[in-house]
Parts: sequence; C-alpha cells; structure tokens
Amino acid sequence: MTTTQTIAPIAAIARPSAPPRGARAALEVARRALRKYFRTPGLSVMGVVQSALFLFSFRYVFGGAIQAGPSGYVNYLVPGYVATIVLFTGGGVAVAVAEDRAQGFTARLLSLPVPRYAIVAGRALADSATNAWSILVTAAFGFLFGFRLGGTVPGGLAALGLCLLYAVVFTVVFIVIGLFAPSVQAAQGLSLIAFVFAFISSTYVPAASMPGWLQPFSKYQPITPMVDAVRALILGSGSDVALALAWSALLLAVCTPIAVLRYRSA
Amino acid sequence: MRLNEQVTRSAQAAQAAPLLEASGLTVRFGKVTALDGLDITAPQGKALAILGPNGAGKTTFVRTVATLLRPTSGRLRVRGRDVAADPVAVRRDIGLAGQFAAVEPTMTGRENLEMTARLFGHSSSAARRAAAIVIEQLSLGEVAGRRSGTYSGGQRRRLDLGASLVGAPRLLLLDEPTTGLDPAGRREVWDAVRSLVAGGTDVVLTTHYLDEANELADHVIVIDRGRAIASGPLGDLKASVGHDVIEVAVPDVSLLDAAGQILQRVTSSPPRIDRGSRRASARSAGGAGELRAAIGFLEDAAIPIDEIGLRRPTLDEVFLALTGDRAAGTGDRAAGRSQDRSPQ
Repeated sequence: MTTTQTIAPIAAIARPSAPPRGARAALEVARRALRKYFRTPGLSVMGVVQSALFLFSFRYVFGGAIQAGPSGYVNYLVPGYVATIVLFTGGGVAVAVAEDRAQGFTARLLSLPVPRYAIVAGRALADSATNAWSILVTAAFGFLFGFRLGGTVPGGLAALGLCLLYAVVFTVVFIVIGLFAPSVQAAQGLSLIAFVFAFISSTYVPAASMPGWLQPFSKYQPITPMVDAVRALILGSGSDVALALAWSALLLAVCTPIAVLRYRSA
Repeated sequence: MRLNEQVTRSAQAAQAAPLLEASGLTVRFGKVTALDGLDITAPQGKALAILGPNGAGKTTFVRTVATLLRPTSGRLRVRGRDVAADPVAVRRDIGLAGQFAAVEPTMTGRENLEMTARLFGHSSSAARRAAAIVIEQLSLGEVAGRRSGTYSGGQRRRLDLGASLVGAPRLLLLDEPTTGLDPAGRREVWDAVRSLVAGGTDVVLTTHYLDEANELADHVIVIDRGRAIASGPLGDLKASVGHDVIEVAVPDVSLLDAAGQILQRVTSSPPRIDRGSRRASARSAGGAGELRAAIGFLEDAAIPIDEIGLRRPTLDEVFLALTGDRAAGTGDRAAGRSQDRSPQ
C-alpha cells in the first residue's frame, strides 16, 4: 500500500452544529439552478431567441392571413403569446429535473440533511424566476413588434402579473412532468403535450374559428380562460379572471404535493 | 442538564454501535426483491467493501443506508441510528459519492464544494474553510477554479468524493467509485480513498472490481441475490474458501490443455485455463507435495515451464467459489478490467 498524502486536515473540518434551515437550503438549491441556467447559453440565450423567433413568425409570417381581434392581429396575439410562452420554454424545466435525477444530483441532495420541501421549493423558485424572465423579455419583444396597450397602464400591469402567476403554475406542472419522465429524452417528449394545450386554445386564433368537434376541448381546457383573462385585463375588464385564478389554484394544489412527494424518492 | 446527559449518552451509544447493522433488511420494488432479508454487522473503524455481481443488491443497499430508499421490512441502523425512524440523523452522519459523479458541471470545483458544505449546514465562512481543506487534500488546487465540466473523469470523481466530505461525515459511502474510469483515473481515486481511510474516516464501498476491494478494504461482505453470503476480514475470507492454488505458466498455448490435465491429475480439482496469459491453475489441498508432484509430471511430459508456484487464492477465485455459476460471467468481466461499463 502506498499512502500518498497525510490526512489529518480532512479530520480538521468542523462538523456543522445543525442541518441548514429550510429557507437557506431552498435558496442554495435555487442558486445552483440559476447558475446552471445562466451559464448554459443553450438554455438562457436560446430560450429568448426561440421565443422571439416564434413571435416574429406569428406576427409577420402567419399574422397577415389571420383575422382576429378588433384592433389588429398583433394586439390579439401578443397577450396570448406572452401568457403561454412558458408552455414552450418550460420544457427546459422538465428536462433539468429529469437530468438531475438521471445524473445523481437529486440523490446527492436527498442524501444531505436538507428538508425535502426545500429541494422542491428551491427548484420551483429558480425555474419560476427564469420563466418570469422569459415572460418579461417576450413582452418586450411584443412591444417591439408593434403591440400597443389598448387600455390603461394598471390594467396592463395586472395582466402582466397574471402572466407571472402562470409562470409559477406552469413551472410546477413541468417539474411534475420531469419527475415522472423515465428519461431525459422522455421529459423532452412529454413536454410537447403542452403544445397541444397552447395551440388548441384561444392563444393564437379565436376558438370560434376552429371546427366544431375541436371547440369543446378548446373551450373547456384551462389555457383558453387563462389567456382570455389576460386579454380582458388589458382592456380593463375582469371577465374570465376568476376562472383563470381558479384553474391556477387547482393546478398548483394538485401538482405541488405530487412534486414534493415524488422528490422524496430519488 | 438532563438533556445534556441524554445527548452525551446517545453520542456514546453512537460511538459504541456497529457502523452498519442490518437485520432481515428487505427492499422490494413492486415484484422485484432487491434485498432479501440481508443480515450484516460491520464494525466501526474498518474500510468495508461490499462485493457482488451486477444486480446483487449492492446499489440498493447503499441507497438504503443513504436514506434514499426506505426498507420494505427489516431493520437497518447506521452507527446505532435507524434509517427509517431517524433519517435526518443518518444524513448528518454520511457522505455519499455515487456511481455517477453528482457535481454541477457549470460550477467550478470550489463552488460545488462550498454549495454542498452549506447544504450540510455550514455557515458561508465554514463552508469556505471546509472546501479549502478538501481542495488541498484531494490535490484539486490546480483545477478548483475551473468549471467541473472541463475536468477529466478522475478529477470529477475526486471532486464528487470531496463534496461528500465537506460536511465532516462519519461514514463515507462510495457506490462503485471507479466504474467507468480509465486506469489512471482509478489510481487517482484509490489514492484519495486510501488516504481518507488512513486518516480514520469509515468507508463503505461497493464494487464489482475485486482488485478494488483488495486495494481499499480490510473487511468484505459478499452479497448475492439480496443476501449476504460471506462476511469477514479479507484474509479470513480467502482462508475460508480454503485451498491454495497451483498455477503454471507455459511458453505456448498449445501446451495448456496438457498442463491443465496434469494439474487435475495431481490435485483432483478441475483446472482453470487462461489462454491470454498461458496459465493453468487448480485448487490444491495438498500444498507443497502436490506442487512437487506437478513439476515432476510436467517434466515427464516434456512440457516446458515458464513459471510455476503455489499461491493464495485471488479474490476472483474466492468470489467465484462463493457465488457459483451465476456470477461467473460477471466475475470474468470484473477480472477483465479493460471492459468499462458505460455510465449510461
């Protein structure tokens, strides 16, 4: 046996007097997720480029052929687009969660004396922040591509606030998708389900323009009232807001406990 | 006062308790039984290797010790603390380094270590100190400021090892610490683990590389199909399988079968033939007398001898003798160390 080093100093590491408190641990978990996001150009830069590119295509490529909204398609499109952008960028959340499980990072976290809820809370905090960032950037592109507020500034801010709430809701939904995906690729694939909800809704075109057999799905799935509520707030009305909040609360109430419980088993 | 006494007493209990104590430990995933009534007692102050073929339950056992899995039935205590009843106490006592290096590739080595230290409960300044010590001791100084995604396999594994150490764990759990590493990387990790053991850290490692157990551990538990089939100090284990081995190397492969037959005639046990190294070997109960006889017969048959001798059985042979046919494929693979298992 060859001993290459003397080791006393490892023993010199003091033992922490107590495990970290939940809030501190959650912030630590969130910080790592944010570092990963901003240090991986494929995530942070491409996410923004992609959302701008899609918006550009809808606005200038398809937009000319679509008749929707009383004040031009751009004013119809942008609120819906901003409200649902997380359905497109959120796949990254599911992939990140699945990756952490596949690569052992989740196991490492679970082997540490960290409260279980703090691991989910940290993840949700970081991903909600990046998704909120997507929303703000996308809204800015909306204005750049010709969107104008039809109503008051407070109405616009209320609409933006609702979009940010959706960012949190969709984040938790994508965390659950990532936790149940059997592999990283599957997480990517499962995230495409969100596209179905985004497209077959009033996000890009009015539901009334779809064939009759498609309308029930479009009308009764959560995205349509969520998008309609954002449009209403911009125009100073409150219609659909209660329904949108109810859907948000329901999705959170279902997905949060699932995420916390599922995170326990690495 | 009374609380203090209790704390002291429970600390003493933890000191006196075995490192690991499993009784009837069973873990099932649906219909699959990964651990099937495992009984193990391992003392503190020893480096313990858990050996077994793939699918024997090694990783399940480590994950149960690390509180990532809950026992379906039976009991498991780590330093006297029950994993199901008191998982937080167990988590404070252990450091886990996995089969997959669980470090964040977009963060530097130092950032990774400090993050893990804070998650163990260290203050920011204590975390910096702990990280600095680990960087120094695991010779990561040159790369600590680089993102760990740029590390070599051995460096990444050492960083992973370091991350499990920053919380001053009393038990280091290493799940197949060198799987997928090249020989230089394995050597790096071995050196690091050896120096930790020398410094008094209790280590439990799983491996299917027999030479790894030989290098790092002084106490071995062999498990197969979720049960312990042998346990004890490495030397005892080799002795319990008994019999020394007569091994002969010949200059030409064509002579091997004849040499093997001679060994069989002398020892009355079936020979193992290794064509790659042109060696035949057989277990020998008769020791030196049989060796002399074998040399005589080989000379009579005009078979030239490159090398011949009586030796203790290798862990490969112990392993095969204990696990029987089922392990044969795995055992051979473990012996052929060039075949790395892909970490996917």
